[in-house]
Amino acid sequence: MSFAWAKPYQPKTELGRWVDDRMPLPRLVYNAVGGGYPVPRNLNYGWNFGVLSGIFLTIQIVTGIVLAMHYYASADGAFNSIEHIMRDVNAGWMLRYAHANGASFFFIVVYIHIFRGLYYGSYKAPRELVWMLGLVIYLLMMATAFMGYVLPWGQMSYWGAQVITGFFSAFPVVGEPIRVWLLGGYAPDQAALTRFFSLHYLLPFVIAGVVILHIWSLHIPGSNNPTGVDVKTEKDTLPFHPFYTAKDGWFAGAFLTLYAAVLFFAPNALGHPDNYIPANPLATPAHIVPEWYFWPFYAILRAFTVDFILPAKLWGVVAMFASILLLFFLPWLDRSPVRSGAYRPVFKRFFWLLMVDIAILGFCGVMPAEQPYVAISQIAAAYYFAHFLIILPLVSKFERPLPLPNSISESVLHGEKEESAPYGLDKSAPAAAQ
Amino acid sequence: MVRIIAFFVGLGFAGVLLISLVVNLVAYVQSPTEPTAEHEFHREPKELHLASDGPLGKFDRQQLQRGYQVYKEVCAACHSMNLVSFRDLAALGYNEAEVKAEAASREVPGINPDTGEVTTRKALPTDRFPSPYANETAARAANNNALPPDLSLMTKAREGGAAYVYSLLTGYQNQPAKLLKEFPAAKTPQGLHYNPYFANLNIAMAPPLSDGQVTYADGTQATRDQMAKDVSAFLVWTAEPKLENRHRYGMAVLIFLIIATILGYFSYRNIWAEAKRQVAPKGPLDPENKAKRNHAKGEAGIVG
Amino acid sequence: MATLEETNAALVEADHSLRRRDFINIAAVSFAGVGAVAVALPLVNQMSPSADVLALASTEVDISKIAPGQAIKTSWRKQPVFVRNLTPKEIQDAKAVSLGELRDPQSLADRTKPGKENWLITLGVCTHLGCVPLGVGDGENRGDYGGYFCPCHGSHYDTAARIRKGPAPTNLVVPEYNFTSDTVVTIG
Repeated sequence: MSFAWAKPYQPKTELGRWVDDRMPLPRLVYNAVGGGYPVPRNLNYGWNFGVLSGIFLTIQIVTGIVLAMHYYASADGAFNSIEHIMRDVNAGWMLRYAHANGASFFFIVVYIHIFRGLYYGSYKAPRELVWMLGLVIYLLMMATAFMGYVLPWGQMSYWGAQVITGFFSAFPVVGEPIRVWLLGGYAPDQAALTRFFSLHYLLPFVIAGVVILHIWSLHIPGSNNPTGVDVKTEKDTLPFHPFYTAKDGWFAGAFLTLYAAVLFFAPNALGHPDNYIPANPLATPAHIVPEWYFWPFYAILRAFTVDFILPAKLWGVVAMFASILLLFFLPWLDRSPVRSGAYRPVFKRFFWLLMVDIAILGFCGVMPAEQPYVAISQIAAAYYFAHFLIILPLVSKFERPLPLPNSISESVLHGEKEESAPYGLDKSAPAAAQ
Repeated sequence: MVRIIAFFVGLGFAGVLLISLVVNLVAYVQSPTEPTAEHEFHREPKELHLASDGPLGKFDRQQLQRGYQVYKEVCAACHSMNLVSFRDLAALGYNEAEVKAEAASREVPGINPDTGEVTTRKALPTDRFPSPYANETAARAANNNALPPDLSLMTKAREGGAAYVYSLLTGYQNQPAKLLKEFPAAKTPQGLHYNPYFANLNIAMAPPLSDGQVTYADGTQATRDQMAKDVSAFLVWTAEPKLENRHRYGMAVLIFLIIATILGYFSYRNIWAEAKRQVAPKGPLDPENKAKRNHAKGEAGIVG
Repeated sequence: MATLEETNAALVEADHSLRRRDFINIAAVSFAGVGAVAVALPLVNQMSPSADVLALASTEVDISKIAPGQAIKTSWRKQPVFVRNLTPKEIQDAKAVSLGELRDPQSLADRTKPGKENWLITLGVCTHLGCVPLGVGDGENRGDYGGYFCPCHGSHYDTAARIRKGPAPTNLVVPEYNFTSDTVVTIG
């Protein structure tokens, strides 16, 4: 789109020309994911997870639509309708397990997609909007996943709804009325279940809409790449089709194999046994935990245990929301002109520290709220905020990046395996001496 | 500006967390958490190997039939199983007549077609297994206020699954003297039974199985251990009746996907061979490039 | 000479490798296509009747209380079923009709069990567009031919529930059934 050498769409048939003159949809597709979209030639496998996210969104929407043909959103019947799907509906067990595990795999690929963006500086100019729209998608996914988890109306569904809507009651004065309004009652019940089902059906289509904006805004500057260096000439790029369709295609096969292995041989490994117990408003499970993709946030929520000026509960809720919202400011917090973490020795170390930190937060999120897990989660949560709000701005100010390659194709010439290694080391001796 | 605000926000969150940390640690040092009897004496489930385990597992139908017998003659006195229908028993290897007879041997609530009065009738294959109690209140009233849970999904609704059920059924014992010595307050209350596999160690259900309690049609010795195994296997089936389909389909899907992935990979390699020829007439293995790279590495002080 | 041969060999090889490359690409894409079709199967099949619906495929009806001239409406697979005890006159009327004048030629004997000619068991679903015809309840309109009358679009059925007048194309459907005993019929 934005590159002069992008091949324009040329209809191959008379019919194609006829359609193109009236409604250039084939042209749009060709320019978006066809031969008309030039992509940096040096993308590594980290870049496969965008297309994979799209695949999992599709899987979720398709399996979700057919599940909705058998599910009924009734506080008395929801649990049994799920079991009806599992036992009596043709291939129902497969569709339900595909949807439940599909949600987990959607989050896995999206997390890898986000971390790839973090490492290679894909959030930096001119791709700030791509990043922010991606965060909007992520927030919508979290809302959709939460409401979807409520639908089976098991114990974890019910108490998850109770706890998460309880976040709002942390806010003074308006909090409790908002919670009651969200639930349509004083506790989760029929009203809440029906509206969650309605919104759970709606939001994926909103996500699909934002995905289109996400891709649109990506196609203006084009994809980032492991060197972070801008595309300069035609030599730096390859048309999306057939090169990246082939690469995405085989990798999707590999990833779907992993998904199928979990779906068919450990379908409940990522779920919680308590959700096979029907919802009981009178008894809370001994140990409430959200789904794994929320564990780090749950740990941040619980890490605030002291009423310091504000009540601890409010601190927890505000911090949990802040932990995501601060990512919207990332393009302006990290001011380093170098995009790729491969050329930023200090940033790179902190990045991997952050990965470890998030893993620790996740671990603390699933453990019971007792020592030493609380203490560990407090240190880890403090690092999380410090990383983005204090360390990154300072690093970007004081770090001395490695010399960048002159262009993408030069770095490729240097050897496929070392595409992310600084090119021009042979020229770097004089550069370092300067 | 953003960075200055961010700096103070970050300092704020990190500061409050560190204050929380210090306050907690002080509290912990002053009064460390007391160990509890649950913490010290609760045990993980014993090992249990069933035919349905593993990616190729299939049900042992003979065992499921024995398990069904144990459920019917022992468990069903108190526990409902309201997600399973008599028609489902066909999957255990019973023929149509046997399923009908099995259903007809149980009574379910019905309505007299002439008077409309509530009555009972013989169950049909399409009926769910009848509940032993009319409702939850009746169940609690008959069991000292402890509700016997529905068993349909039991092996999916407990950590440990079938092994947990098996361990629980065979885990009844006297309270260890050590426990009573260390935690005198944790003595099993009247009406409860000590079982180290149960979350809080004291379970309301009396030991349900004893040797020879049922007489198996296939002549298997009905030891307590055997019955516990059989009924656990049966409960795996009631919780996941489509397990065999799942394993069979899973294998087919995996094999298909692996072949598709391999084909896709070679296709990808073929297509990209073209791209590499275009850009890198002399590839990374070209002696000239290699020499250059080694030289560069040497100068940059990278070893290897 | 040697140069020419070499060039030729190179060309042949290039051509050969090109075809091999095409083959593997076609194989990969076809495999993906087969996969997509295989995925579509459960997505389509999930809409077929589920196991619990199929299990309701037979119904037992007690016919001991139906007097001659009376009919009852019962339900089989969630569809209405008419069970009528025909009077001797109705049987005669039905037999008197010559098959040639019928739209869907069937004799009463074709539509009942031997020796149980008075028991007319049909689906209560008009073959036109699926309304439930009148004629079971006391005092309901039984149409011009004394059988059933569908009020939606005016189809008249005779005493053997055969279509005689109106838009319906065929007779009311006789489901599969058998007499379990003299007083009990199993439908389905």
